[in-house]
Amino acid sequence: MFDSKVINMLLEGIGDTLYMTLGSTIIGYIVGLPLGILLNVSSEKGLKPNSVLYRILDIICNIIRSIPFLILLILLIPFTKLVVGQSYGSTATIVPLVVCASAYIARVVESSLNEVDQGVIEAAKAMGASNRQIILKVLLVEARTSLVTGFTITTGLLLGYSAMSGTVGGGGLGDIAVRYGYYRWQTDIMIVTVILLIIIFQIIQYIGTKVALKLDHRKR
Amino acid sequence: MGEILTLKNVSKSFDDLVVLDNVDLSVNKGEVVVIIGPSGCGKSTLLRCINGLEDIQDGTISYEGDVGMVFQSYDLFPHKTILQNLTLAPVKVKKRNKAEVNKEALELLERVGLLSKKDNYPRQLSGGQKQRVAIVRALIMHPEVLLLDEITAALDPEMVREVLDVVLSLAKEGRTMIIVTHEMQFAKAVADRVVFIDGGSIVEEGTAKDIFENPRTDRLKRFLQTFSYEE
Repeated sequence: MFDSKVINMLLEGIGDTLYMTLGSTIIGYIVGLPLGILLNVSSEKGLKPNSVLYRILDIICNIIRSIPFLILLILLIPFTKLVVGQSYGSTATIVPLVVCASAYIARVVESSLNEVDQGVIEAAKAMGASNRQIILKVLLVEARTSLVTGFTITTGLLLGYSAMSGTVGGGGLGDIAVRYGYYRWQTDIMIVTVILLIIIFQIIQYIGTKVALKLDHRKR
Repeated sequence: MGEILTLKNVSKSFDDLVVLDNVDLSVNKGEVVVIIGPSGCGKSTLLRCINGLEDIQDGTISYEGDVGMVFQSYDLFPHKTILQNLTLAPVKVKKRNKAEVNKEALELLERVGLLSKKDNYPRQLSGGQKQRVAIVRALIMHPEVLLLDEITAALDPEMVREVLDVVLSLAKEGRTMIIVTHEMQFAKAVADRVVFIDGGSIVEEGTAKDIFENPRTDRLKRFLQTFSYEE
């Protein structure tokens, strides 16, 4: 159906898409997970309430999340150039993806941790556990099913956003879909890239659901 | 036998609501103190103040060693096995030797008849079994004083007995305990001293016989009447 040139391009596109999605998810978690923990801990009902810190983090997260990703992508071009030296290509796309993902992940992590039963936290306090021990041994452990579900949702979201960055030369399957499908009217290539995105999405969701189920000891 | 826990002029309020008003209480080593009183009278808050889960606005609380607590809703860690629930705090908080803690955990589980459940998760246990595990989880921290906060209130009636039997056996071996309960028969059986709290302060205290058979104040009489059914 396609010649080897197109197939190679698609394979490269898959590689770039996975690189952007997983790269931004991982770096996003390195930034967003501690932020989410801070949000939970500093909130009114948290382990160490601090309304000033909470308010600041809360506002930053809200601002980042309320800017449409495409606009964020453009707004961050100077910053992206500063960090990776260029504003196009898949590595450059990771920068705005990480910024967007960190705020999103912080919220997802915060809400996962909020779900942990207050009684269980009090039981740990009553046994003399320090806040650090409660965070590491109780909060993160007891919230793990929800954290994994959040991870899956985030990865799916970033897969979609990485494709969106194709419109501004971000590379990956989205880029191919836009260049061939939209500008050159090669509908067949566009359809194939969309199908590939669907397959990748399904695989991510399938693995995420399986892992979450495996980790859940609360019911079944 | 000396005092092991002393509360002096303890007051606690949530914003404008006074929950504890100048409470004095002292507990001797080996004594079992049962606290009774209407809902919302401050019984549970008193326990929560003793182990530091709530701040107090006034007064002092002093005690020797550690205080352990068992809650109405068990609050076992749902993602940890029964054995892990028991060993987590001694190993992580007290930095005790893991093998030694494991051994003690297994002995304690054997004692409450739950050794076979060691590798199960909390969801696989009945309420009564969970509460027995929660008692063991408090005991393994070697507390000087054990606080029990309405530990049978969430249980089905047929499971109350198995939990209270564990508490009775602890009382027999001389454990210091402060017990908040609505089980009056159990209070009679286990208490060295009964304390009646109403409206945030101690209204009356004495032996179980004094309190249940010769209540002096109207408030206590009225409270006790709510538990009897006379035609």
